Amino acid sequence: MPEPLAWQIATVTGVRPESAEVKSFTLALPAWRPHRAGQHYDVRLTAEDGYQAQRSYSIGSPPSQTGEVEVTIERIPDGEVSPYFHDVLRVGDQVEVRGPIGGYFVWEPALGGPLLLVAGGSGVVPLMAMLRERSAAGDDTPTALLYSSRTLDDVIYREEIDALAVAKDGVGAFQTLTRSQPPDWTGYARRIDREMLSEVLASIGPQPLAYICGPTLLVEAAANGLVELGVPPARVRTERFGPTT
Amino acid sequence: MTERFTSRGFFGKRRDAGTDRADRIPPGQYLTDGFPVLSAGPTPQIPLETWEFTIDGLVAEPMRWSWEQFQSLPSRDWTVDISCVTKWTKLDTRWHGVSVDDLLAAVEIDPRAGFLTAQSYGGYTTNLPLTDVVNNQAFVAWQYDGAPLEPPHGGPARLVVPHLYFWKSAKWVRGLRLMEKDQPGFWESLGYHIRGDPWREERYSGD
Amino acid sequence: MDDPLMLDANAVAGDLAEMFGFDVSGSVHRCTNCGNQGAVATLLAYVHGPGTVLRCCICHEIVMRWVRTPTRIYLDARGAAYMEMGLS
Repeated sequence: MPEPLAWQIATVTGVRPESAEVKSFTLALPAWRPHRAGQHYDVRLTAEDGYQAQRSYSIGSPPSQTGEVEVTIERIPDGEVSPYFHDVLRVGDQVEVRGPIGGYFVWEPALGGPLLLVAGGSGVVPLMAMLRERSAAGDDTPTALLYSSRTLDDVIYREEIDALAVAKDGVGAFQTLTRSQPPDWTGYARRIDREMLSEVLASIGPQPLAYICGPTLLVEAAANGLVELGVPPARVRTERFGPTT
Repeated sequence: MTERFTSRGFFGKRRDAGTDRADRIPPGQYLTDGFPVLSAGPTPQIPLETWEFTIDGLVAEPMRWSWEQFQSLPSRDWTVDISCVTKWTKLDTRWHGVSVDDLLAAVEIDPRAGFLTAQSYGGYTTNLPLTDVVNNQAFVAWQYDGAPLEPPHGGPARLVVPHLYFWKSAKWVRGLRLMEKDQPGFWESLGYHIRGDPWREERYSGD
Repeated sequence: MDDPLMLDANAVAGDLAEMFGFDVSGSVHRCTNCGNQGAVATLLAYVHGPGTVLRCCICHEIVMRWVRTPTRIYLDARGAAYMEMGLS
């Protein structure tokens, strides 16, 4: 048995496009351990001369998927690690990872709700793991997802989110498209603001357990908005991704 | 020992300098055209009305400049190569500012002073021997590439010591304190080299 | 605070685990400067520099900072007055 957080060498067993700039990578792990929804893996790339680059990527797959994990990665044009995943890595390649990590930005049914999930861009990944966990457990915690994307083509897990909205199992899905909207768009068409948060809150109740994940400035805006609306800061958990490009 | 794992086809964002410029890239560095922003904390927003620059410590009389006074000091353009300890080197960066020589000329330095600590808004510090900042080796810049220096890159004003790793070029600098002994600054007290010469690859303490 | 480079300490939970031996992102810390008490993961992380700096989410003072060299980790945790870690 390797140590809990030792680096291990995973094998890429699947690559699937999720949206214009986002792909999911399935990694088979020799020392797989069950994760909690919301956790991430660290990925480390090493060049021949020893140069290394390290990043963290959220796990999108639920813990019930054993032996492997799925990380969903947005291609950052100016990036160093995400372009390697998108442009170089193929099925059968190996990649060094350690995890699962992050015991704070996690949700499981025992933590209760109501559950408010706020995502920007690829920040939806760990939140989708929570939704999948909720569904796999047959849990009925009242839940709302507010998801901000630039355009419809940028929406990750589009079909799965659309399915959530019609499943009527207590999950409300709210979406906003900030850059452009198709003619028949019925969702929001602006950046997340207090009024939007207030409307989403109204669907699940005023004291939710909130998880916000996305670009740093979006997370700041959403977290401040929720606190201004009376959500106790201790019930707002954040995972900032850094700058948008 | 297990064999070290390498990632097939991974080279990083590094660029080959080409033969004509290779002699300007210190060992272990790679060339970048961008200007990465590195920070250890929030970017301070310093209104120019309250900004000031001070030289104190081992001097007969401390000296203080307001923004207006500082701007009226003799200043010039500087074109220098810079190397960050995080391994990027950027060639021909263009700055405008005042030589540290001209700042030090405004005070009477105690003969015991051999070192200084550059102090910044936001709390950052870095230490330098006086011999590394005199003879036009260092300047305080308020323009980069012909425009006011942006706060993420150290504006209103930044110390630039181009012949040492760029952590010595304190962003948001607000003064120099002259000292008898070399006192490790923010990164120097946490494993980084006390001097940081990129040509000797003085990255870490003990290098 | 509108610094686009700022992350949550959750993002460096792996590096913290390497130093502490286990995941401390859910453990409780107290800020030496302002006394705020909360999960380590709520600290604000600055990772784009020669080292990593974690700051208090209330007063923004430094709680922990570290540098990793090829052979060592240097850790300054004087901004954490106290830490409480579960053993299970």
